[in-house]
Amino acid sequence: MLLIACPYCGNRPEIEFSYGGEAHLVRAANPALLDDQTWTDFLYMRSNTKGVYAERWRHVRGCGRFFNALRDTTTDHFLAVYKTGEPRPALDGGDA
Amino acid sequence: MRRQTFSALALIKGALIAHRGWQPQWRKPEPKPSYDAVIVGGGGHGLGAAYYLAKEHGFTNIAVLEKGWIGGGNTGRNTTIIRSNYLFNESAALYDHSLKMWEDLSQVLNYNVMFSPRGVMMLAHTVHDIQVSKRHVHANRCNGVDNEWLEPEQAKEFCPPLNISDNIRYPVLGAALQRRGGTARHDAVAWGYARAADALGVDIIENCEVTGFQLGANGAVEALETTRGLIRSRKVGVSAAGSTSVVLGLAGIRLPLESFPLQALVSEPIKPVFPCVVMSNTIHAYVSQSDKGELVIGAGTDAYTSYTQRGALHINSHTLDAVCELFPQFRRLRMMRNWGGIVDVTPDRSPIIAKTPVPGLYVNCGWGTGGFKATPGSAHVFAWTIARDEPHPINAPFTIERFRDGHLIDEAAAAAVAH
Repeated sequence: MLLIACPYCGNRPEIEFSYGGEAHLVRAANPALLDDQTWTDFLYMRSNTKGVYAERWRHVRGCGRFFNALRDTTTDHFLAVYKTGEPRPALDGGDA
Repeated sequence: MRRQTFSALALIKGALIAHRGWQPQWRKPEPKPSYDAVIVGGGGHGLGAAYYLAKEHGFTNIAVLEKGWIGGGNTGRNTTIIRSNYLFNESAALYDHSLKMWEDLSQVLNYNVMFSPRGVMMLAHTVHDIQVSKRHVHANRCNGVDNEWLEPEQAKEFCPPLNISDNIRYPVLGAALQRRGGTARHDAVAWGYARAADALGVDIIENCEVTGFQLGANGAVEALETTRGLIRSRKVGVSAAGSTSVVLGLAGIRLPLESFPLQALVSEPIKPVFPCVVMSNTIHAYVSQSDKGELVIGAGTDAYTSYTQRGALHINSHTLDAVCELFPQFRRLRMMRNWGGIVDVTPDRSPIIAKTPVPGLYVNCGWGTGGFKATPGSAHVFAWTIARDEPHPINAPFTIERFRDGHLIDEAAAAAVAH
């Protein structure tokens, strides 16, 4: 089980969280103006990165808030957590 | 190269010389500079595709490239359940095509894949389950797929260890039974296809990771960069399961896939006690008994994407809670091993077997948590797609473009189908 550092509550066990998938996918202000492929890319296409992945979590059985995390999907180690709306933090040594 | 044929007589002859006469089942060739077709991924689906390309489409100059060892991914990590009781017409056609191929696969390959149609029983625990299960039964029968509804007493008759008492958290209210479903020996599927493909001249190249694609001026695939050198081919089929996003990312293709760990575990071996496969999607337990005597138990996916081939203990623990409630006599069994595989999940939980935006590059992916059962059928239609540059009628609906065009095959919403 992962130990996840909620930016509001600190380290809590994974079962208190729900996973929100890839982060920084921005919904268009007016989806009706998008062509089908752009809308499809937003709805369905995912980076599914092997390595450092920016993803959303929600502390659903705690404070209830969404936040973002950088996690290495080859080790499951968390490299950073940050609040929704903040930019993706740069990692020392670059994003391996 | 002449192959030994397996038969009862061959076994007896082998026994007389203390089994010292068996030969390697496939070669370990060096990669050639160029092939007519290359399959990336040496699991059951990839090896099978190579076999059918050679057997049915006349391709003789083919390679299967495998980053690790053949059958070492999800082919060797699943719980070997085979069934075709999917809701939608497109899925039923695809999975039943596969189920029919399982039935004589051992004879076709001359390799015992130990297909055992012992029956797959899917339990219903709620009123909603009953309605959905019966809907599946009727839909399946309309599609010529066998499936029948059992009352709890009939379910217990079919699977005597089942606890149908009404004092458990989710009592068994009935079950849908597909008698043609069952299990097979997972390793033998990879080895059987590898041996048969090799006999037709297919080069199986292990420890060979694809690191890049070279595309021509027209955007079509021309060559693969690998850890064992450049390999030219104008037809490349990618059958890389959880790593598909990574491999096709090298060609600039984004896919509607997320890769999750899926776990399974086995108990210590015991005498035969379990005659069939039992699945409960509601409380999440999948059980069968292997010929070695271990209970083979399928757990769920972890919540997050990962490439680690391991998962968290609480996922297994949750499944064991359900198993112990349904089969109280297993409570004192010790679990011997657990492991994880990386499954590539699509938004509608149906696979993609299709051409990609890059000419000459084809993909077979998105099988999620249920690809093993589809191995022969999937390999068969994927080979067709690669050979003819157009889909077989069975896999024609399973495109990437269905997500854009709205033609989802939404088994994800069709509850009572395990994913």
